[in-house]
Amino acid sequence: MASAPASAPGSAFEYAPAPESRAVVDIAASYGLFIDGEFTEAADGKVFKTVSPSTEEVLSEVAEAGEADVDRAVAAARKAFEKWSALPGSERAKYLFRIARVIQERSRELAVLETLDNGKPIRETRDADLPLVAAHFFYYAGWADKLDHAGYGANPKPLGVAGQVIPWNFPLLMLAWKIAPALATGNTVVLKPAETTPLSALFFADICRQAGLPRGVVNIITGDGRAGAALVAHPDVNKVAFTGSTAVGKQIARTVAGTRKKLTLELGGKGANIVFDDAPIDQAVEGIVSGIFFNQGQVCCAGSRLLVQESIHDELLDSLKRRLSTLRLGDPLDKNTDIGAINSAEQLARITALADRGEAEGAERWSPACELPSSGYWFAPTLFTNVTQAHTVARDEIFGPVLSVLTFRTPDEAVAKANNTPYGLSAGIWTEKGSRILAVANKLRAGVIWSNTFNKFDPTSPFGGYKESGFGREGGRHGLEAYLDV
Amino acid sequence: MSDQNRLSVFKTYKLYVGGKFPRSESGRVYEVTDAKGKWLANAPLSSRKDARDAVVAARKAFGGWSGATAYNRGQILYRIAEMLEGRRDQYVAEVADAEGLSKSKAGLQVDAAIDRWVWYAGWTDKIAQVVGGGNPVAGPFFNLSSPEPTGVVAVLAPQESSFLGLVSVVAPVIATGNTAVVVASEKAPLPALSLSEVLATSDLPGGVVNILSGRTAEIAAPLASHQDVNAIDLAGADETLAKELEIAAADNLKRVLRPQPVDGGGWSTTPGTDRMTAFLETKTVWHPTGALGASGSSY
Repeated sequence: MASAPASAPGSAFEYAPAPESRAVVDIAASYGLFIDGEFTEAADGKVFKTVSPSTEEVLSEVAEAGEADVDRAVAAARKAFEKWSALPGSERAKYLFRIARVIQERSRELAVLETLDNGKPIRETRDADLPLVAAHFFYYAGWADKLDHAGYGANPKPLGVAGQVIPWNFPLLMLAWKIAPALATGNTVVLKPAETTPLSALFFADICRQAGLPRGVVNIITGDGRAGAALVAHPDVNKVAFTGSTAVGKQIARTVAGTRKKLTLELGGKGANIVFDDAPIDQAVEGIVSGIFFNQGQVCCAGSRLLVQESIHDELLDSLKRRLSTLRLGDPLDKNTDIGAINSAEQLARITALADRGEAEGAERWSPACELPSSGYWFAPTLFTNVTQAHTVARDEIFGPVLSVLTFRTPDEAVAKANNTPYGLSAGIWTEKGSRILAVANKLRAGVIWSNTFNKFDPTSPFGGYKESGFGREGGRHGLEAYLDV
Repeated sequence: MSDQNRLSVFKTYKLYVGGKFPRSESGRVYEVTDAKGKWLANAPLSSRKDARDAVVAARKAFGGWSGATAYNRGQILYRIAEMLEGRRDQYVAEVADAEGLSKSKAGLQVDAAIDRWVWYAGWTDKIAQVVGGGNPVAGPFFNLSSPEPTGVVAVLAPQESSFLGLVSVVAPVIATGNTAVVVASEKAPLPALSLSEVLATSDLPGGVVNILSGRTAEIAAPLASHQDVNAIDLAGADETLAKELEIAAADNLKRVLRPQPVDGGGWSTTPGTDRMTAFLETKTVWHPTGALGASGSSY
């Protein structure tokens, strides 16, 4: 790597570079679309480049799917559906167990690949993304032959062809969340990974090959939003699943209106992380950090609004600033790196513009002393204090390492402020008082609530939003419903 | 003097909004006739403003109703069945007129509607156990998923089944703690408007159910695009209207229940849980379980 990890000047510790080897992953110069079990070029021969966000190095060139390719992929999925859905659930289960195992076997390779293509730290891909990906396949594998007992009636039927569009923040994990339940229930899929992170989905195609998955059951088409729109609108798609921005989610909801397509949407958020005066401050600080700086804050359920009880504001902010000064930003492949690169130039521009707006609107901006690498897309961890509910940084999803700090005096005020958003995906509560946790959790209008912890995920735990954060749940028994004709 | 010589007292049919019985703010009415075209009443022709007022009432009622115990909601739904049973003859007559049914066939409809309230009354404190529960996450956490009501639900009642159909779509919405703005069957709104007399005397808090009569398309449009409505049941919309409303509903990502095929007996079969789960959110809460040992609590 060109850039050595930047150590925070004045920090207590100096670290020697500890880069994970990228020799474990072999990225081809180009990739085609994975349709009907084979890699093929786009019909019109178009390609686009995918770069490493931390260095801007071109990693590979991938095919850009057009409408004709979407059509071909849907046809392949349709053709495969008859046999796949007729397989005994126990056989489908074994394919999924195989996939889970191959992912475990190749997890280091995939972690390095994901870090290269996405820019997130290897510590996260290695310790969070990949274990969760394998666990998700393992979990849904077990459902495939037990659907009669899932609470959706006897012999629930699959929907058919699922068109799935996923974002760039957790490329392989979002793929797992989409494909595992779809296949377990007997659907076939056409999945479009995000334009800036196509590689892990293409590697997943190879995992399907190794697992012996019948051709056409999983099809991967790479491309930009136009390919996603064509997939969503395709008349032979029975199910649409999307994770991404609320604006695109609304457009998709309009597209499928008046059809019989089943729709689930996992969209944006502006999660409140509420810290009461009796909270264990050190743990709360760790939770705040993982809430907004995990994955550079590019997390739909990020705790991007810190609501802190007025009496402990100064103490908490001091601790938080001290902690942020120890975060290490730099080479995502370095095992000591906490903060990696922003995924794309476009996203960096958006974060930059919103943070500038926060400053222009009068909020107080703070970042730890932090040297940014000279190439790649980087944004220092940033705090805004003196934020009111009217500030843009308190209302808009920034999807970056930017935390807005607001205060409250009473639990009722905390709840009112937490709920004062069109979103409703996540929230956090920090207090030592059990009854207060339950009372506040009860009143928060959000789909996932973490008490005295944050950003925990598990395949058995349903995930999804209230209000404009979307509808439907992924994970757990609940996640089956999205792919069953019930 | 025989009864035939006594001039009967007509009822002025009014809307039901926020627990009160207002006329349409527009001052408009429309003529409602029976199946043979005979005049029955002038029903309020609700305006967009009436729809918005009803949303305000439903929102205001949501906190209390969703926060009530499930047991309490069950008691109130059962009370609705009791009140209906006592006024059975009135509803049989209204349903017979509205749908052109014989008294005996209308009686079956009303009986089934009463029984439907009883069915949903029993669901209020069971649905959470059926669709929620603990999740065995791989870590030291107690993780619990619970259903919660979506919020304010706009309900377009079925056009053909003026009473049983109406009850079949309203009861599941409120059983779980949602509040409702109901658009009655356009050509047969009177049984729905009369239902409000029972709702108002069953301890159901005002605003939990609001009932509007008028042109379905006219009232539904502002409800589908309303930013403070969380969901919409399109049972009473035809294909064209349903598509328009679903598009409008996308603006704030309302949960949309598309028109469903109605069973052959016209809402007569025992419903499943689908009409409840369509308007439920799943909330999942993670609690650290800590670890008790030499090192003490670990969270």
